Amino acid sequence: MANSARSTAPRLGLWLAVGLILLLSLAPILWQLLTSLKTTADITAIPNVYFPRQLTLEHYIDIFQRQPFLRYMLNSAFVAVVSTLLCLLIGTPAAYVLARLKLPGEQIILTGVLIVTLFPYILLFLGLLELVRNFGLANNYLALIVPYTAINLPLTILVMRSFFQQLPHELEDAARVEGYSTAQMLLQILLPLTTPALVTTGILAFIAAWNEFIFALTFITRDSMKTVPVAVAQLSGTAVFEVPYGALAAATVVGTLPLVLLVLLFQRRIVQGLTAGAVKG
Amino acid sequence: MLKSPGKLNLQQQEQRTGWLLLAPALLLLLLVYVYPILRSFWLSFYSQNLGTELKPLFAGLDNYQRMAIDGRFWESLANTSFFTLVSVTLELGLGLGMALVLNQAFRGRGVVRTVALLPWALPTALIATTWTWIFNDQFGVWNDLLQRLGLIQTGVNWLGDPGWAIWTVIAADVWKTTPFIAILLLAGLQSISADFYEAHALDGASPIQSFFQITLPLLLPQIVIAALFRFAQAFGIFDLVQVMTGGGPGGATETVSIYIYATIMRYLDFGYGAALVVVTFAGLGLAVLLGAWSLSQLRRGAS
Repeated sequence: MANSARSTAPRLGLWLAVGLILLLSLAPILWQLLTSLKTTADITAIPNVYFPRQLTLEHYIDIFQRQPFLRYMLNSAFVAVVSTLLCLLIGTPAAYVLARLKLPGEQIILTGVLIVTLFPYILLFLGLLELVRNFGLANNYLALIVPYTAINLPLTILVMRSFFQQLPHELEDAARVEGYSTAQMLLQILLPLTTPALVTTGILAFIAAWNEFIFALTFITRDSMKTVPVAVAQLSGTAVFEVPYGALAAATVVGTLPLVLLVLLFQRRIVQGLTAGAVKG
Repeated sequence: MLKSPGKLNLQQQEQRTGWLLLAPALLLLLLVYVYPILRSFWLSFYSQNLGTELKPLFAGLDNYQRMAIDGRFWESLANTSFFTLVSVTLELGLGLGMALVLNQAFRGRGVVRTVALLPWALPTALIATTWTWIFNDQFGVWNDLLQRLGLIQTGVNWLGDPGWAIWTVIAADVWKTTPFIAILLLAGLQSISADFYEAHALDGASPIQSFFQITLPLLLPQIVIAALFRFAQAFGIFDLVQVMTGGGPGGATETVSIYIYATIMRYLDFGYGAALVVVTFAGLGLAVLLGAWSLSQLRRGAS
């Protein structure tokens, strides 16, 4: 009896804390979801109407019909997928080399890779802006794909390197005895084993690319080419007199949906990737 | 033992393959990270703005002298420092609490961890519109809640008030990035052996004592890493501020990155913008070096 009484109080505290975490994490997202389903009359009611008196999809219809929102989604998806694949393609061999081969200057390269993860993008954008102008890449997706590939490289290299370090050496020794070259061994023996790690890294790279704002804002000015974050941010800025709260909420819900799905499906992998990338530093 | 010529050849060959595999990644990192910083450094000694018809003219240290007396720059630096200090401190505290909770054994822990991770994964620019809506002066739910609780009589214009605006940005940033810190610290907590706690409890220590005597010291490296990461990101904050307040009202939330962006994109003052980039980079670099140094001291102390 005494024992259970003693453990009840901390237990209650734990559940309170868990409840608080759930509430605070979800409330802003759910509020946006609720707003997107309300009629404009309910949205602008004072005092606030918490639960819609009447559910409506008008704001969703609005963003897909009066705004080219599907287009923005496809733009974002294209840029994020291509840059993620490129990043894995370039980063994985580099990670392998840094994990296994002994090159002179390796430590310097690794330190450099760690340091650049700390650079805010604002420090890069002036130099990149000039490059984009000089190469005539304004309103060309290369202006986004190249930087997105690069900004995801450090994480890819760190996560994949820690994965390669965990692989047993015997595999490669055996392959070497069989006469495989380094490239052949990488492709035919190691690649199949690395698929889970590639998925983890790919998800993190996709999230970062989907969410990027400052380069997309600066290098892409043609409306039909905009990505979701920029399009939504400018949706609130276009109407001077009446901010389209409902449409804005609907756009936020649709624009975050792919990421919500990714988190729901791959929570464990995302956590693994983040910790592998950061803790190695 | 002497290496046979054949062996040496193999090693050379391996190294060549290594550099080849490494080259694309290195070149891309140099292009996107190193070149822009070096270019800004070079450009910071030139005047390139509407006054020079956008042609670079050598100006020596003019840009830096101008910065020294540029009140708007110092104000944006003060805003950035305030924002960074407050939000990173709050995020570390709340993140540690969250990690401790998520490290306990309870039913549904996997689901709670998933939900807690959500804010981190969502696009900052979209989250910014969500928080702008929450803090809306007319229809915002924050005003409504406070009024229902009787804490305020009439709605406050949170985003339009020079005193409050920075706090709305801090709230949004804390909401979004606390999970990131919690994840890093949770990994640290999981690596602490339960044996420590059992031995400590046998010695008669309370849970609070073992938190301060075991958890906190062993977690310190992770805390410093998380703080370092977050410090750099918060110092360069752009999207959240740009979408929520645009730096307003009256520059009350203007951070260094907002000022840099306006200098370059609105005033087309590339030379001065470059100097701002260089100084921000130098300041950030100095702070990070200090953090990395204290981390290495910690690690040396631990081993």
